Amino acid sequence: MTINQSGWKPTSPTAKDGGAPATFTGNRALMLEEPLIFEIGDLHTTGVDFPDGDVAGSRLGDLTRKDPIGLAGLSEPETVRHYTRLSRQNYAIDLGLFPLGSCTMKHNPRLNERMARLPGFADIHPLQPVDTVQGALGVINELAHWLITLTGMHGVAMSPKAGAHGELCGILCIKAALEKRGEGHRKVVLVPESAHGTNPATAAFAGFTVEDIPATPDGRVDTVALEARLGPDVAAVMITNPNTCGLFERDLKRISDAVHAAGGYVYCDGANFNAIVGKVRPGDLGVDAMHINLHKTFSTPHGGGGPGSGPVVLSEALSPFGPLPFTARHVNGHIQLVEEETAGDDHPDTFGRMTAFQGQMGMFTRALTYILSHGADGLRQVAEDAVLNANYVLRSLEDTLDAPFAASGPCMHEAIFSDAGLAEGFSTIDVAKALIDEGFHPMTMYFPLVVHGAMLVEPTETESKAALDQFIGALRSVAERAKAGDQSLKTAPHFAPRARLDETLAARKPVLVWKEKPLAVAAE
Amino acid sequence: MSRYFTEDHEWIDVDGETGTVGISEYAQGQLGDIVFVDVPEEGKQLAKGDEAAVVESVKAASDVYSPVSGHVIEGNTALGDDPSLVNSDPEGEGWFFKITLSDTAELEELMDETAYEAFVAKL
Repeated sequence: MTINQSGWKPTSPTAKDGGAPATFTGNRALMLEEPLIFEIGDLHTTGVDFPDGDVAGSRLGDLTRKDPIGLAGLSEPETVRHYTRLSRQNYAIDLGLFPLGSCTMKHNPRLNERMARLPGFADIHPLQPVDTVQGALGVINELAHWLITLTGMHGVAMSPKAGAHGELCGILCIKAALEKRGEGHRKVVLVPESAHGTNPATAAFAGFTVEDIPATPDGRVDTVALEARLGPDVAAVMITNPNTCGLFERDLKRISDAVHAAGGYVYCDGANFNAIVGKVRPGDLGVDAMHINLHKTFSTPHGGGGPGSGPVVLSEALSPFGPLPFTARHVNGHIQLVEEETAGDDHPDTFGRMTAFQGQMGMFTRALTYILSHGADGLRQVAEDAVLNANYVLRSLEDTLDAPFAASGPCMHEAIFSDAGLAEGFSTIDVAKALIDEGFHPMTMYFPLVVHGAMLVEPTETESKAALDQFIGALRSVAERAKAGDQSLKTAPHFAPRARLDETLAARKPVLVWKEKPLAVAAE
Repeated sequence: MSRYFTEDHEWIDVDGETGTVGISEYAQGQLGDIVFVDVPEEGKQLAKGDEAAVVESVKAASDVYSPVSGHVIEGNTALGDDPSLVNSDPEGEGWFFKITLSDTAELEELMDETAYEAFVAKL
């Protein structure tokens, strides 16, 4: 393995192609060796031709730039080629199965994209008069209706921009409700080990003290330990369902009843709602607040493909504290935007705002398109197929890889394996890197923390049986090599544009800023 | 001088009322290549079990808890420049901080080297 000691740029392509000659360009046929954009182009090139300005003089005074900015220019074809070449080195859901666990990398239907690009949704401004954006507000209002209906809740805050932002919104609602009750002294938030890692961070950020609740060996919340910890200092429990071990928390109703009896609230992390949508209504399980990742359950693009969106559904107890602004449909059909100036006496207990405006319009349009084009039967099938696919992966590989929760009943959205049984010195990362050679994006590694060397696979409902069989075959082959101690895995990937990178060096000596002569500086 | 261990894999060398704290050989092996260490500043008051330091590896970030109560005399600044010391010499050069013990009786709740080895063997 050759490592550029500066750490600032990955290794050059390694000659692993069986003694094939080096090429003059460094390219390998259609796999092109692309430099950084700063390394191509020059100061005298530009892709645009502006007419000379007709403004006499500058009003910038002393602020006028005196030195050239020093950015190299590119012509339009050079620019197009640069980014097209980079995109060819990327892996995307449109290229193949994307097994990242808990990330729900599912197909983004093209119909969603077509709707989101309609000018009435795409080319509007959040400060436009509401009379001119009634259609867009109608989309927000109708999506809100369906999110409430699908979850069996009372209200919804649409503005949070992602899952963790939604968590914060829900926890701030709980905080406001406790303060209104005069119980601001409740400072403890209980977080089970089977919950998402963002949950304790959210609670701590909102000023609460986090206490862990252990998981049982079968991968669920230890309900007895949780009930024993409830008391007058507990503000809320944050529970992920289905949880991050890929299992349904069967005791959630019992837990909610116990938490409510003790005066606390139940926050449910709904990131994995895609496994139960159309089948289970969290409101029926006593949940007070739950965020829904539109970019996961309702297929809006994410992972570099688009912004997230994390609306939070709220129980009747918490709805009065939800953030501004929100939409309200009047009997005459007009949709109003309820903001500070218009909230009046109707929504006096709001905790404030999460965002400047109404949320992610493009994501709302895509999510509503997905919901309406699937219908009730289609959404139920989404959940059923996602769970079926995950169980197919789990049961197909449990004879080869250790599956710590295989005896805990069917899994939900994802299958989990550990590194137990791999040969001495071999770990999850070697399996993941070898999957790159097989043409797949690796699964989630080393999470959840309760599983040693965790490999977390979430196939989603997108994949056909043929696609799953190919992935299962690849993972089985790699796992068997890792169990047999095949040393070539330690240097995988062999066929990627870059071989095994030194992630430790990159983390210890990160070089975050491009400099013209970076090598001497970065080596220090 | 005697060495004690916690169930969270910290060690402490005690010399009179001064202790030197680090993480065990077993802990560094579990964490993998360590890329960042944040040690407490001089003068910081710590209760037994408080989060005292943060250690980050390529796999995970973990808290390091203070095995005893007291105030920090010195953090090991060498770890800022070279966190790999925790991998190469966790129970020597890779120490995290020195602390003045406010209650030496707390040491009775910790394990000696033999007990810790037996504890790790069962994990």
